[in-house]
Amino acid sequence: MVLVIVSFLIFGLLYIAPGSPEQLVLGNSKSIDPATLKAVRQEYHLEGPFLVRYLDWSEAALRLDFGRSIRTSEPVRDGITQRLGLTAQLAGLAFLLTLALGVPLGVLAAVRQAGLVDRGVVFLSIVGLSAPAFATGILLLYLFAVRVGWFPAFGQGEGFADRLHHLVLPAIALALTATGLVVKITRAAFVDELQKDYVVFARARGIRPGRVLFGFVLRNAATPIVTAAGLILAYMLAGSVLVEVTFALPGIGALLVDSVTAQDIPMVQGLALLIAAVVVVVNLVVDLLYPVIDPRVVFSRSSR
Amino acid sequence: MTASAAPTASATPSRFLLRGRAAGRGLSPLVVAALVVVGAVIVAAVAGPAIAPHSATAQDLATGISGPSSEHWLGTDDLGRDVLSRTIVGARTAVLGPLLVAAGAMVIGNLLGLVAGYRGGFLDTLVSRFADLVYALPALLVAIVVVGVVGGGYFTAVALLVILYSPVDTRLIRSATLVQRSQAYVEAARVSGIPGRRIMFAHIWPNVLPLAVANAFLTFAFSIVSLAALSFLGLGVGPGTADWGRMLSDSRTLLFDNEWTALAPGIALVVAAASVNIVGDWVFERLSERGRR
Repeated sequence: MVLVIVSFLIFGLLYIAPGSPEQLVLGNSKSIDPATLKAVRQEYHLEGPFLVRYLDWSEAALRLDFGRSIRTSEPVRDGITQRLGLTAQLAGLAFLLTLALGVPLGVLAAVRQAGLVDRGVVFLSIVGLSAPAFATGILLLYLFAVRVGWFPAFGQGEGFADRLHHLVLPAIALALTATGLVVKITRAAFVDELQKDYVVFARARGIRPGRVLFGFVLRNAATPIVTAAGLILAYMLAGSVLVEVTFALPGIGALLVDSVTAQDIPMVQGLALLIAAVVVVVNLVVDLLYPVIDPRVVFSRSSR
Repeated sequence: MTASAAPTASATPSRFLLRGRAAGRGLSPLVVAALVVVGAVIVAAVAGPAIAPHSATAQDLATGISGPSSEHWLGTDDLGRDVLSRTIVGARTAVLGPLLVAAGAMVIGNLLGLVAGYRGGFLDTLVSRFADLVYALPALLVAIVVVGVVGGGYFTAVALLVILYSPVDTRLIRSATLVQRSQAYVEAARVSGIPGRRIMFAHIWPNVLPLAVANAFLTFAFSIVSLAALSFLGLGVGPGTADWGRMLSDSRTLLFDNEWTALAPGIALVVAAASVNIVGDWVFERLSERGRR
């Protein structure tokens, strides 16, 4: 349902762009013979009433056929699939980093609540949360690529090890903002849980603190953390745009910016649909995970 | 549903940071520092060109790019423009847009939230559905696509962010209004024949306003970052404008010659956004404490 509304809006993009779609495709030259014009109108679903055009377009989109890019005239699908891998690797690496850093730090801060460690961690998380990926990206680039030269400044690398080497800095830049959020939410969830009776009782029974923390509390605190993880995957999409531009990586994000600036509407439509689909799927997965984490959550038919 | 947990969760963690350790309700040094930064940024935004040692836009191609010197404390960029001055003047676009976004989102969100929460019914469903839909969109991505395709730059971006951020306000104010509506004073006002519009704006609104104000700070902090990001991508302010996002994007190729072209706007952006966040948390804390008593 959401996808239908969003796809409608995305199709509408073609019409809010300045200039007619035909002009966008063919440029502004005056001598366009009617046959070409007709072919172009056919290809970009410009014939017939608005709703018919929309249905044509969405039917093609369901077959993953988004037409040809205006800028490079390659099929949109190929352009996207060529670049999808890099962005997926970048986002995946950043996502792992975020969880690997954010959750332990949040737990640490909650356990040492109001202590010096807690203050430090929370302060850093506020800074991380406020720092946009492109600003931290450039600062990292300066520190580690220009100053000490541990990491390459640009490019995507060949082969697995080299690729990883090239993706470390971008992934850190992408992860920092998200880590701030994860720390905040993990800490809040653990602070809430640690005050509960079952924790006191478990400790009184002499169960080791580590087991209490990760055996009992983690499971109860997991719901907000998983919700945050879903938010973060969606955020990674926006963040990867900034990071890819900063580090000159040819991924989906950079492609989006290039296509947007070049008014390459078919490409933008394809990318926007892809992003919308990812967001919807992530939300669905998060919703499906709730009952796995907490069996008390049951699906009710009336909720949707 | 899930989002209702977000405001409380985000409010708790920094609570203790905001109070002085021994001095019960005094200001912590961190809040003081954040307030000083926010004050400085506002001064720079208002009086930037007057404070800045050089012109922010005057080019000096003979000098070209140069490192820090006694004449140019943070050096110059590739067109010989003074980096320090550009950073100071850049505060203006960093403050003006977010101010408009925060105010606009607050006005729209309060209006819709109050009416939806108080009137209920079909109107409520309509407003809530719309807010949920917009809330689910990744704001920055939508802004990139729409501003990029429609064009118009900075102020298109500002208008768009108002629409994209207002659902947060709408949902917040709506749920707060629902709580207030069941209170005795609203009942009393209704029984004594006071018109609904008056109850909403004169009776309920003052009670939900603290939430709205606190949220406006968060919107402000988000917008600083989002607008800078758009400018960074070339979709915000026009070329040549002194703006932190724009400067960062220009500086990528200048890092090797004068690192301050990147460091100055980068640090300014991060410190300003973090300070607004800290002040926002502090205001939220103060206002919600007052609300409880």
